[in-house]
Amino acid sequence: MSDMNTAMVEKYRNSFLKEVEANVEEGEWVKMCMQCGVCSGSCPLGPHWAHPPQEIFMMIRAGKREEVLASDSMWMCTSCYNCIVRCPRELPITHIMHGLATYAKKLGLVPKGQATAEFSQIFWNNMMKKGRVNELKLGLSLYFKDGFGQGIKNAMANQKLGMNMMKAKRMSAAEFFGGHGIKDVSGLQKMIKKAEEIEAAKLEANK
Amino acid sequence: MAKHEYSYYPGCSSQNGASSSNLKRSIDTMCEVLDVKLNEIPDWNCCSASIGYGGGSVLPRMTLSARNIALSEQAHPDQDIVATCAACWLATKEASERFAHDENFFKEANTALAEANLKMTNKKPIRHMAEVLIEDIGYEQLQSGVKKSLEGIKIAGYVGCQTNRPFGIDGESFENPMYLDKMVDALGGESIKTYEKKVQCCGGALAFSEPDKSQEMIKGIIEAAYDNGADMIVTPCPLCQANVEIYQDDINAKFNTKFNMPVVYYSQLISVAYGKNASDAALDGQIIKAKKLEDLAAK
Ligand code: SF4
Ligand code: SF4
Repeated sequence: MSDMNTAMVEKYRNSFLKEVEANVEEGEWVKMCMQCGVCSGSCPLGPHWAHPPQEIFMMIRAGKREEVLASDSMWMCTSCYNCIVRCPRELPITHIMHGLATYAKKLGLVPKGQATAEFSQIFWNNMMKKGRVNELKLGLSLYFKDGFGQGIKNAMANQKLGMNMMKAKRMSAAEFFGGHGIKDVSGLQKMIKKAEEIEAAKLEANK
Repeated sequence: MAKHEYSYYPGCSSQNGASSSNLKRSIDTMCEVLDVKLNEIPDWNCCSASIGYGGGSVLPRMTLSARNIALSEQAHPDQDIVATCAACWLATKEASERFAHDENFFKEANTALAEANLKMTNKKPIRHMAEVLIEDIGYEQLQSGVKKSLEGIKIAGYVGCQTNRPFGIDGESFENPMYLDKMVDALGGESIKTYEKKVQCCGGALAFSEPDKSQEMIKGIIEAAYDNGADMIVTPCPLCQANVEIYQDDINAKFNTKFNMPVVYYSQLISVAYGKNASDAALDGQIIKAKKLEDLAAK
């Protein structure tokens, strides 16, 4: 268990809801949920979630900390915003899902090998390197995330798609050697570092 | 001088050799015929789309958009920011709204921005290219420039998620937006108003991480286009376009279907209708050829 997680368990012993309110993006909205189920019913990934949004909100209020934060449910959110525009109480559900995901990650509770969590991190790292996404490398890192052998298999399986994209000039081998990026990479990286520090300090203060 | 000028945020996938470089090319052509000038924000960066959240939490993510807003303010102080990518538009607009509603958040973002020697005032409207077409140009003017009517081409307007929610286009319903249909009609084409999957999610970034689940949804989007007799699908969103076009082989193999449905951008429709050739309309960027558009462009 991460130190941060241990500290949070201690501090919010009596209320997971309070913990969510204090630490999760837009978490203060959770208590406004009236359990109508519209979000879960509207969600395109609905059938695939272990706990769709309505259930997550209920579980937060019921103090089911471990089950919520260590579940892969919030990682099922495609960010389609269907729930947001339909929720009669206007909860920013999509943001809460992202917030729960980020918070679980900060506490080290993301289930190992969760595919979207992994992809999301790969995407972020890729973008941070040059300030813009390098799609070719993004694809390759995704194929090769489980090792070289699996990577070759994945690449072979997707060979036709890759060729199609190359032919249509919508994928470029040149991206492998450098590729697109911004000029002020170091400024951007310093800026992100600062933003992370500001957030970390807040989390620390909430411990 | 062009009639309309904007500060343009093209986004990563629109760059040369990237997955929606065909969007960018057709947008350039469309803007030329409509006398719109897009001034690229110098040194713009990625907005981290809607999938960056697993790597960066809220402030770092929003700061990415803050940098683009700041650069736009610096380079094009009097121009609205216009994005062509749904995720770029959403990320930038969402960040801007949150800065506007939360003084603290705004200050924190500016503190981070200062590390890159930048500052944002956050006063600019953040707009989608579709808004520009509807609000600044209008269907009537759009229609008046048509040289080659899209007559006889049946087009399913697939709006998708993020161009439609949570912000959407002013005056349009989240459940049944009509603007794509109206654009198609203005160009002389046949819109399919009963296309029931027009706001269905394509899986977004989960098309990469959860392909089985996403492809099942994409299958429904294509199937409904066939059921409605569509010759092609038109969409404003680069990820919708890619997801719905490029996995058709996989879907055919998996579900024993025979899909071969072209998926194009509104900018390609407009370019062809305004008399531009297939290459200017970036039709060579299609993986599934939009034959009827190519034929019209060649006429
Ligand atoms: S739609 Fe809103 S109020 Fe209804 S269950 Fe979902 S979050 Fe709660
Ligand atoms: S935004 Fe996420 S939680 Fe909401 S409906 Fe879409 S996939 Fe479901």
